[in-house]
Amino acid sequence: MTDTAIPSPDAPDTGESRRDFLLITTATVGVVGAALAAWPFIDTMNPAADTLALASTDVDLSAVEEGQSITVIWRGKPVFIRHRTPEEIEEAKAVDPADLIDPQTDADRVQKEPWLIVVGICTHLGCIPLGQKPSDPRGDFDGWFCPCHGSHYDSAGRIRKGPAPKNLVIPPYEFVDDESIRIG
Amino acid sequence: MHRFLITAVTAAAVLFGAGPASAAEETAELPDIEWTFEGPFGHFDRAQLKRGFQVYREVCSSCHGLKRVAYRNLADLGFTESEIAEIAGEYEVEDGPDDEGEMYFREALASDHFVPPFPNDQAARLANGGALPPDLSLIVKARKGGADYIHALLAGYEDEAPEGVELGDGMYYNAYFPGHQIAMPPPLFEDGIEYEDGTEASIDQMATDVSTFLAWTASPELEARKRLGLKVLIFLVVLTGMLYALKRQIWSKVH
Amino acid sequence: MATPRWIKGTMDWVDYRLPVISFVEHHALEYPTPKNLNYWWNFGFLAGIVLVVMIATGIFLAMSYTPHVDHAFGSVERIMRDVNYGWLLRYLHMNGASMFFIVVYIHIFRGLYYGSYKAPREILWIIGVLILFAMMATAFVGYVLPWGQMSFWGATVITNLFSAIPLVGEKIVTWLWGGFSVGNPTLNRFFALHYLLPFIIFGLVFVHLWALHTHKSSNPLGVDIKGDEDVVPFHPYYTIKDLFGLGVFLIVYLAFVFYAPDFFGEPDNYIPANPLVTPPHIVPEWYFLPFYAILRSITFDIWFVPAKLLGVIAMFASIAVLLVLPWLDRSKVRSARFRPIYKQFFWLFLFDCLVLGYIGAQVAEEPYVTIGQVATAYYFIHFLVIVPLLGMLERTRPLPESISAAVTKRGKAA
Repeated sequence: MTDTAIPSPDAPDTGESRRDFLLITTATVGVVGAALAAWPFIDTMNPAADTLALASTDVDLSAVEEGQSITVIWRGKPVFIRHRTPEEIEEAKAVDPADLIDPQTDADRVQKEPWLIVVGICTHLGCIPLGQKPSDPRGDFDGWFCPCHGSHYDSAGRIRKGPAPKNLVIPPYEFVDDESIRIG
Repeated sequence: MHRFLITAVTAAAVLFGAGPASAAEETAELPDIEWTFEGPFGHFDRAQLKRGFQVYREVCSSCHGLKRVAYRNLADLGFTESEIAEIAGEYEVEDGPDDEGEMYFREALASDHFVPPFPNDQAARLANGGALPPDLSLIVKARKGGADYIHALLAGYEDEAPEGVELGDGMYYNAYFPGHQIAMPPPLFEDGIEYEDGTEASIDQMATDVSTFLAWTASPELEARKRLGLKVLIFLVVLTGMLYALKRQIWSKVH
Repeated sequence: MATPRWIKGTMDWVDYRLPVISFVEHHALEYPTPKNLNYWWNFGFLAGIVLVVMIATGIFLAMSYTPHVDHAFGSVERIMRDVNYGWLLRYLHMNGASMFFIVVYIHIFRGLYYGSYKAPREILWIIGVLILFAMMATAFVGYVLPWGQMSFWGATVITNLFSAIPLVGEKIVTWLWGGFSVGNPTLNRFFALHYLLPFIIFGLVFVHLWALHTHKSSNPLGVDIKGDEDVVPFHPYYTIKDLFGLGVFLIVYLAFVFYAPDFFGEPDNYIPANPLVTPPHIVPEWYFLPFYAILRSITFDIWFVPAKLLGVIAMFASIAVLLVLPWLDRSKVRSARFRPIYKQFFWLFLFDCLVLGYIGAQVAEEPYVTIGQVATAYYFIHFLVIVPLLGMLERTRPLPESISAAVTKRGKAA
C-alpha cells in the first residue's frame, strides 16, 4: 500500500475485529449469492421440458409377428425390436457365457423371451448394424452384422466376432401390458 | 438535488400518467378486477384454472387455438398423467409420412401442443366470415389491460348498439374493443356451461375463470417467478445492507 | 494482510512474464481516485456490469433461439416455457436493455452537469458517444429478433428512413434488407450483428477506461487533483462503494424482472409479426422515444431538401452534436456547482429531453406535433447557442483551492 495522507484502513486499531467480522460475513454472503446466481446459467443447458417429454417412447407390439423385426426411434436413436422365433430363442440360450467376448446369459438380456429389444448402434464405433430387413445379412450368428468393420451379433444381440467390445445395449423398458412396452 | 427530484417526479407523472392517446374514440375504462395472481404474492387458484380450462374447451376452442401450450402443461392445473392422456386423446395430430409416403392422423400425446381448430389462417377466416380468431396462448400479455381487458371484453357485450352507431355486417357492439365493433358474437351466457365442480356459471364467473386460465397460458412461470423473486430480493436487501455498513465503516476514516 | 510465501512467489513468477498482477494493483487497487466523488460516479461501473449481464444472458439465450422468420417467435416462447430458467434469462435480457439505457443516460447527464467532457477528457467523452451509438444499434437489431409485430414494423419504419438519402437511398435500403422488404435475410443478419456489436462495445469500453485512466476521474468540484491529500486508493474505498451501489441497482433491476417484467415493453410484441397488418400505434422502445420525436418533428421541406431526409439528419445530428460538445462549451469552469446560470439551463435541457420522450410516444397530431417541434428546436438551441454563449459570458462562482481544502472545509462546517 502506498503511503497516503489517509490512514490506511488496514491499520490495526480498536475497530479492526468488528470490521473484519463485517468484511468476512459480507464477503461470504456475497460469494454465496454469486454461486446461487450462477446456477440458472448452468441448469439452463440441461434438457428442456419439451425434450424431457420426448424421453419415453411407447411401442405397440401387437402388429409385430413372430420372426419380424421393427425399428423404432427412442431419444433420437434406433431401437431394434425382434419377435424371436423359438429356434432363435433356443440358439441364444444354448450359448455358454464363458465363450462370449462380453459374457451375458440370454436371461440377462430379455424380460419376455420372445421379445428382444436392443439399441441398434454398434458398440464398436456407432454404425447401425444390418439384420432388421428380411433381405439383410444377419452375420454368422443369426443376429445382426455390422458392415462398417465386420462385427457379428447373435440372436440375443451379443457380440460374437469382430472388433466390437460390448453386446448391443439393452435400453430401459417395461411392459405396460402384454402387447405394448414403454422404452425410457 | 431537490431540483432533480422535482424534475424526476414531474417527468414520471407526465410520462406514466398520460398514456399514448388513441386515434379513434376512447375505449371505455376497464373495471379493475382483483386477480389472485396480481401483486408480489400472486398465485393461481387451481380450481379456478380448471374451471377456466373447461370454459376454454367448451366455449372458445371451436374457434381459438392454444398452440403454445402442450397437453403435458395441464399437469400444472392438477390433472393426472392419465387424465392428460385422455384429454389429449380427444384430438388428432397429423404425422408422417409413413412407409408408403402418406401423411396420416394419430391421437395426440401429452407431449403434443394443443391442436388448433383450423389447419391454417385461411381456413379459419373462411369459417368465421373473413375474421381471424386469434390464438389465445399469449392473449393476456398481447393486449393492453391484460386480464382486466379480456374479462371486460367477454362480460361487456350489450344487447344493442347505442344510438347513432351503425354496426357493420356480422359485427357486434362491444365498448371495450378498440373501434367498438367486434366480429366475435357474445360467447358467454348465463349458465352456458355446467361447471364440473358445481360452481354457478354466471357470465362474470366464467369471464373471470377463463381470464385467469388465459393469464396462466400466457405466464405459466408466474408463481415460480414471484416465489424466486421474493427470495432474491430479501437476499439482496440483506446483502446491500451489509455492504452499506461496510462502506460506512471503511469511509469513516475519510469523513 | 500477510500473503503466504508460495502465493506471492507464484504471483511474482507470473507477473514477471505477464504483468497482470501489477496491472490490477495499479489500475484497480492502488489507483488514486478523488476522495469527494458522489454517487453519480457509480453509474459507469453499473453500465459495465449491465454489459456483462447482457452478454452472459444473451449467449445462453442464443443457445435456444432460432433466427428464422418461421421459428423465431416460437423459439422465444419455447425459451419462456420449456427451457430451464429460460423465462429468467429472457426477462433479465429484456429488462437489462432498459436498465442499460437508464444507467447510461444518467451517466451521460452526470457528464453534462459536471463538465466531465472538458479538457483533457474530450476523447474519453467522444468514445462514450460512440459507445452510445453502438448501444443504440445493438438494441435496434436486438428488438427485431423476437419477430413480434413491433419487431417487424419498427424495423420496417426505421430501415425505410435510409431511403431518404438522395440518389442511393433505395439501393441502400434494399442492401440493408437483403430483399425487397424486411424478411428472413434481414432477421438472420440482424442476429449476426446483434451477437457481434456487444463485443465491439466491450472493446470501446476498454478504450474508454484507458482514456479515463490517463487523466483519472474528474470530481463534483471539477477541480484537478493537486496532491496526495486529494485522493484515496480505489480499493477499498470505491470498490466497496461500487459494490454497495450495485446492490441497490440490483434490487431495482430485479424488482422489475420478477414482479413487472413487461413494464417497459409493448403488448403488441406478443403478437407474431404479420407483414400484412400494421399495428395502429407503432412505438419504438422507450429509450428511443426522444430521438423518434426529433425525427418526426421535421414536417416541412427546406429548399430542395425533403422533410423526410431532414428528419433523419436531425435525428443523427442530435447524437452527433454531443461529439463536439467539448468545443462548444468553452467555459473554463467544469462543474455546474460553480456555474449558477448553466445549472438552470441544465435542468431545462433535462426537462426538454423528457418532453421529447413523451412526445415520441404520442400520435403525430396536434398539439403534440408543435410541442415536439419546439422541444426539438430547443434541444439544438441548447447545444449550439446557449452553451457556447454561457461559456463566454457566464460569471462563474470562485472555485475552491483544492479537493482536500473543500472537503476539510465541509468537514469543519458540518
